[in-house]
Amino acid sequence: MKRTEELFRTKKNILNIYVTAGFPKLNDTVPIVQELVKNGVSMIEIGMPFSDPLADGPTIQHSSEVAIENGITLALIFKQIEEIRKTVTIPILMMGYYNQILQYGDKAFFEKAKAVGVDGFIIPDLPLAIYQEKYKQILQHLDLDFIFLITPQTTDDRIRLIDNESSGFLYIVSSFAITGSKSDIQQNQLDYFEHINKLNLKNPKLIGFGISNKKTFDTACKHAEGAIIGSAFIKALSKNNDLEGSVKAFVQSVI
Amino acid sequence: MNYKGNEQGFYGEFGGAFIPEMLYHNTNELKENYLQIINSKVFKKEFKDLLKEYVGRPTPLYYAKRLSKKYNTNIFLKREDLNHTGAHKINNTIGQILVAKQMGKQRIIAETGAGQHGVATATVCALMGLECIVYMGEVDIKRQAPNVARMKMLGAEVRPAISGSKTLKDATNEAIRDWIANPVDTYYLIGSVVGPHPYPDMVARFQSIISKEMLSQLQEKTGRDYPDKIIACVGGGSNAAGAFYHYLDNTKVELIAVEADGLGVATGKTAATTQVGSEGIIHGSKTLLMQNSEGQITEPYSISAGLDYPGVGPLHAHLFKTGRGKFIGATDKEALDAAFELTLLEGIIPALESAHALAVLKKITCKPDENIVVNLSGRGDKDMETYINRMD
Repeated sequence: MKRTEELFRTKKNILNIYVTAGFPKLNDTVPIVQELVKNGVSMIEIGMPFSDPLADGPTIQHSSEVAIENGITLALIFKQIEEIRKTVTIPILMMGYYNQILQYGDKAFFEKAKAVGVDGFIIPDLPLAIYQEKYKQILQHLDLDFIFLITPQTTDDRIRLIDNESSGFLYIVSSFAITGSKSDIQQNQLDYFEHINKLNLKNPKLIGFGISNKKTFDTACKHAEGAIIGSAFIKALSKNNDLEGSVKAFVQSVI
Repeated sequence: MNYKGNEQGFYGEFGGAFIPEMLYHNTNELKENYLQIINSKVFKKEFKDLLKEYVGRPTPLYYAKRLSKKYNTNIFLKREDLNHTGAHKINNTIGQILVAKQMGKQRIIAETGAGQHGVATATVCALMGLECIVYMGEVDIKRQAPNVARMKMLGAEVRPAISGSKTLKDATNEAIRDWIANPVDTYYLIGSVVGPHPYPDMVARFQSIISKEMLSQLQEKTGRDYPDKIIACVGGGSNAAGAFYHYLDNTKVELIAVEADGLGVATGKTAATTQVGSEGIIHGSKTLLMQNSEGQITEPYSISAGLDYPGVGPLHAHLFKTGRGKFIGATDKEALDAAFELTLLEGIIPALESAHALAVLKKITCKPDENIVVNLSGRGDKDMETYINRMD
């Protein structure tokens, strides 16, 4: 059974944490992930730093710039994930942009990711139609998840289409926003989450964008199987030099 | 061969809409509506009237006698520099503002590099009474102060892009993010033939007025509705797209696209995308772009802020790959020389961008009986500081 499938079958209130690879220091990724897992995080999203991350806000873009400056490469990210996989058994996803995958070589990228123990991908600018035409078969063959986003503007028909093509889970974008914006969840967002629940989709759902603390995480968990935190965690990492202490304090403040 | 793109916005293998789901609704709404709007009688009339009465079209196709004599050929300048606001950019902003209005949008956002597109956008927003926010790289705000002042005087808010390299590509990222955060009331008015479908097609259609006028002007002046060569500079590529548009399928016309070599292609300080770039995705479009082996988009360099973009529109990537377009570079120095040459021979101070197009007259062979059109995309007022420094 896939690691994601196993996770959603056995666990509720799933906390997925986004980690920019190579940030704050080039080789911090492995200890950060190990510490996250030790403190009860259920899923990890490894961010592949990109120069022009359209769907991300200033916090993640800044962390990406620092990581690129530090010398992060896809080859190094694969090595770090390989290292992480020696001790970590929870699902690991890679999040990045399509151009990076094209330059690495798309087929080689997915095969290498599979080989180092990656479970799935979030590639926001890889459109559904291109996925269906070029990648669906490869990913199914490699037994890897491809996670699509849905937003408050996605129509019901399109949500069903996306649900049908997704595996792993659906990434519910909580509002009209890029990552790292807003601080509280509003009533219209709750209505939107409930509307999605009424569609009886086949995939579990994690809510992301605007989830930053215990309050927003708990609210998200009431309306979905869990949530994704990115910018708030990256901010917490930036605050001081005690890496393990910051990771521990952050996770404990949320769950 | 089809050079004008298909319904999904693909020019051969280039183009398309590589965008996050957060932008799907916005671009789809535009895609579903733009052709119907711009083909409607009401739009056509309003667009035509505004171009005539407000922009000052048609722009002359001027026979440059002394320049022609120097190069022993017949050189015509398509005088886009005589448009209101001083460049071809306004052809597109007039078109798009009418589309935005038709779609009921209240708030207009745009990106700008040198500030020409920002000024053209602020201008049409003032004309229509719409809110206008222009994203501009912090670095560009400092080096293009007069255009920043013009935008402000026109009532626009200029927001600095402080991420990345703080130039045009980052201003574009910021504008796209604004659109993601404000999908209902906001219209994103892109300034070139770049971005996700349908922008490259829509912008090319609005700029195609340039070559449409050339058809009848050339007929009148030369007895033939096509020239032997058309020369235009390419940053993103909107003025070239407009100058080439009605001749794309006429293979008797040689299409010459001029990129900014900067300090020289070999130095790495360049914006010559087709020379140093490779295939990839930038701002939602599959095209040629400047990047490293990791797919990180690299920073271009040119003396001309309007050519300082690390990609070219998908139409141009297709023209390059198929060989339909001939791509030539001009360095900073060659462009400056050409600007002074035109000024002294014809009494026209060109924009630095257009000076790149003029610079290739030295690099190509023209026969005495040939007719060459150089698209003079803009005037040089905004570049006076650079020109003054050169005179010192």
